[in-house]
Amino acid sequence: MQVRVFVTPRKGILDPQGRAVESSLQSLGFKNVSGVKVGKYILLEVEARTASEARDEAKKMCEALLANPVIEDYRFEVDGE
Amino acid sequence: MSERPVSIPGEPKVDLEQARAHGLAPDEYRKIEQTIGRTPTYTELGVFSVMWSEHCSYKSSRRHLRKLPSKSELVVQGPGENAGAIDVGDGWAAVFKIESHNHPSFVEPYQGAATGVGGILRDIFTMGARPVASMNSLKFGSFEHPRTRYLLGGVVGGIGGYGNCVGVPTVAGEVMFDAAYNANILVNAFCLGLVRKGEMMSAKARGPGNPVLYVGSATGRDGIHGASMASAEFDKESEAKRPAVQVGDPFTEKLLIEACLEAGKTGAIVAIQDMGAAGLTSSSSEMASHGGLGIELDLDKVPLREAGLTPYEILLSESQERMLIVAERGREAELQAVFEKWDLHAVVIGHVTEDQRWRTRWRGQVVADIPIGALADDAPIYDRPAAAPKIQPQTKPAIAAKHPETAKAIRALLDSPNIASKKWVYRQYDSIVQSNTVLGPGSDGAVLRIKNSRRAIALKVDSNPRACALDPYLGAVGTVCEAARNVACAGARPVGITNCLNYGNPERPEVMWQFIRGVEGLRDASIAFGAPVVSGNVSFYNETEGHPIPPTPTIAVLGVMIDVAKHVTQFFKNPGDVIALVRTAAPSIAASEYAAIFGIDGGRLGAIDLAREAALVEGLVEGAEQGLIKSAHDIAEGGLAVALAEACFNPRAILGAEVELGRAGNADAVVFFGEGASTVVLSIAKRDAARVESLFAGRGLEFAVIGRVTAEPRLKIGAAAGLDEDVAELQRIYEDAIPRRLRGGD
Amino acid sequence: MKWGVVRFPGSLDDGDSLYAIAEVMGQDARMLWHKDESLGGVECVLLPGGFSYGDYLRTGAIARFSPIMKSVAKFAADGGLVIGICNGFQILCEAHLLPGALTRNRSLSFICQRVWLRVENASTPFTRAAKQGDLLRLPIKHGEGLYVAPEDEIRQMEERGQVILRYVDADGRESDAANPNGSMRAIAGVANQRFNVFGLMPHPEHAVEPMLGGVDGLKIFQSIAGSAR
Repeated sequence: MQVRVFVTPRKGILDPQGRAVESSLQSLGFKNVSGVKVGKYILLEVEARTASEARDEAKKMCEALLANPVIEDYRFEVDGE
Repeated sequence: MSERPVSIPGEPKVDLEQARAHGLAPDEYRKIEQTIGRTPTYTELGVFSVMWSEHCSYKSSRRHLRKLPSKSELVVQGPGENAGAIDVGDGWAAVFKIESHNHPSFVEPYQGAATGVGGILRDIFTMGARPVASMNSLKFGSFEHPRTRYLLGGVVGGIGGYGNCVGVPTVAGEVMFDAAYNANILVNAFCLGLVRKGEMMSAKARGPGNPVLYVGSATGRDGIHGASMASAEFDKESEAKRPAVQVGDPFTEKLLIEACLEAGKTGAIVAIQDMGAAGLTSSSSEMASHGGLGIELDLDKVPLREAGLTPYEILLSESQERMLIVAERGREAELQAVFEKWDLHAVVIGHVTEDQRWRTRWRGQVVADIPIGALADDAPIYDRPAAAPKIQPQTKPAIAAKHPETAKAIRALLDSPNIASKKWVYRQYDSIVQSNTVLGPGSDGAVLRIKNSRRAIALKVDSNPRACALDPYLGAVGTVCEAARNVACAGARPVGITNCLNYGNPERPEVMWQFIRGVEGLRDASIAFGAPVVSGNVSFYNETEGHPIPPTPTIAVLGVMIDVAKHVTQFFKNPGDVIALVRTAAPSIAASEYAAIFGIDGGRLGAIDLAREAALVEGLVEGAEQGLIKSAHDIAEGGLAVALAEACFNPRAILGAEVELGRAGNADAVVFFGEGASTVVLSIAKRDAARVESLFAGRGLEFAVIGRVTAEPRLKIGAAAGLDEDVAELQRIYEDAIPRRLRGGD
Repeated sequence: MKWGVVRFPGSLDDGDSLYAIAEVMGQDARMLWHKDESLGGVECVLLPGGFSYGDYLRTGAIARFSPIMKSVAKFAADGGLVIGICNGFQILCEAHLLPGALTRNRSLSFICQRVWLRVENASTPFTRAAKQGDLLRLPIKHGEGLYVAPEDEIRQMEERGQVILRYVDADGRESDAANPNGSMRAIAGVANQRFNVFGLMPHPEHAVEPMLGGVDGLKIFQSIAGSAR
């Protein structure tokens, strides 16, 4: 089952990449842009019988390795949901 | 008894047209048919097209490169292996080489530069040497060109991203901006490694029946035809060829360095080679050819990153971080255990044969079967026509009326990105890892100590395309002199040279003429310094839509120092010290940064007296060895005035200088800002001045005390149009020139 | 004192750390392999700089799971001395042996240069050879050294004296220009609450010989050597 994990900088944590992208976008004339965050998109194939089993696994993986809770938030989508 | 190679269903038909599409000339295609006595299979055609490309075969340059001196008492390995090696004393050999990665870096600057660093590192550690230092020479278009910032950021990021992650310090380099490179940047990467003499590894296959092992990353479709891409001019479509650019994995490279060096200690490695340009094809055929043997590969055993690769793709892939090893039969497991320790897999994919044929099998059938010689020594060699251009570069004398005020000129020069501090660049490189960097970036040359020895090595990379454009011979001579002088300023004796010869399309007679003159210049200077050329690389076809780059031979010189404690830096040390000039000829503004900035025709290059150049180098080394020289700084871009300012920028605390030149009138511009001649600014303790003078005067060189170092940080040059400037202010201009431009301020 | 330097795949300053401790200081030091679980009876574990496992997901995130880190965590829990330099600091944060995290430099680029550091707490096993307020000149070389932690946690750390080193200028003053990577409160090195685990981004092992840019790094190693249990 395919799991798509999105890892983003936690609210309030300095995100120099996001800030750099935001200021370049603005200097390119996209004045309506704000709140840019740069994160990671991780694609996984998980062997699971049901979507909820895949969800449980994905949650464990995020907490163990894929995201660092001190600085990052995560969310994920499971195939067919 | 040989099996006739089969075609793979669905492959294109092989004919003259297909050969042309592969970059092979009609004559070359006919030669292939003659050599193998039949029409090649599609796979074989691909193999020939890369092996006979300029990049792999050196077909236009080979006969000229033979002129280069490659022997001396200190040469441990000359051209012919992955890199050359020089005895640096105390049982150590320095293995070094410089190589271009120009085309890939223009197409994808980050990955192009990164994989350039990766490739040159592999050339060094395949020799059994631990890479200990990297340098690079970079040429970009003018700072105002819209792509320059993107390319600069990408290339510097890529060099740092790769080099920093493998733990090899980047200790020196040069960066130049000139509109001549707007559409064809140059990225030349140098690496040096150290190995105990007698523990060097080789790329010569030996022992029929010995297994061939594949180690490192799996093979993907990346970089197919990279070698042929580097052998063609750029056109508008090149940018669309992005998928051909390889992606580097420095982490795997770091594992390969450790694992290969450890595996080398087992003694079970017979030969080892990097899968670089033309990948598996060139590495396997070259190892066999060097050993006068054959090789047979089973492509089904090659680790693949994705399913469905054809033999053509497997053989031509330029996926990075892959090595090919010939092992001693029966000792495969020993090697495999070392690689497993480093989480790498070593797989047997073939064996060495006696029959001098390069044979590959796929799904049980032979898909290519070519005499080894045809892929290596029997590849075409051309004696391409060469002719001096009909229109010589302009050589009017300088027009005096155009000279700006001296104070304005020195500020403009220090603010030029070609002269200004490159800190923005080198701050992004780890220059201290491995704990050997005595003198890192920001100095004339780098100095590295050799652990558990008093000896040290000095390194410098130089190029001078403006001089080469005026006179490709004198420009090349001058470039070698400059690099040699720089290592001598540090106190090291030049002992070896590696070169990367960047030129345009060799099928143009005037480019071929530039190349030949450049090689001759390199030869003559190499002989004069007794520093042989032990390795190198040629990069042709550096042109875009018919505009070749100026001839750009990039020269790196290795120097050896007997006692690291005696090394000399470019910075003034103590107030009251005497400032002196030593030179071999009068200065000139030909090909100078001054002439370029102010649009002045600087005239012809002055002649170079190589005996005097060698005498200057000897004098500098002897002075350093006797501890008589406090600082030595080569006069380069910006001339004497800029050199004096740079010598005042001591990182501990800035100092000043008071100098009297005793000249007047318009000639001041030449004296202040002229380059060309080999001139060194020295600072010397007062009591040693007479001894230093005799050191140089005794060698017939012009030596003149011109002033003294002052505690007050002002640069005062007395003359009719003299200078009196605040050094701190000059340093601010020098430090901020590149950051200011990158901030977009003006 | 017996030291162990952990070699992870991708460690780069492991050899330099060993060289500084064994060759320059003449201490008993050995390399520890990441796949081993035994620490071989050492009294101080050093996690060196580098790009362990390529630092491909987050710096230090993968090294944290190597077999030896289980032993390092237990060793630290028992009060053993652990120092993490650069990547080692990142690994200790990922392993939750130290508070906070290290993210990309404010400039978004790798920075290699010498910096000034002020010793904020000289009563730890890692700084006792220095005095509070001493200035040290050490090199940094990293792309991800911006120290972050929740505001209230930093406040508590400061109250407890866990902030050990700060980036300052040559006169010992904090300023934006003297903060090379944009770390919160100019933090360059922190300890845990028990003061037996210490992480810092600057490289003391690259400042142990006059010829290679000074000897201020020795202060850190001498402090540790004098803290043998």
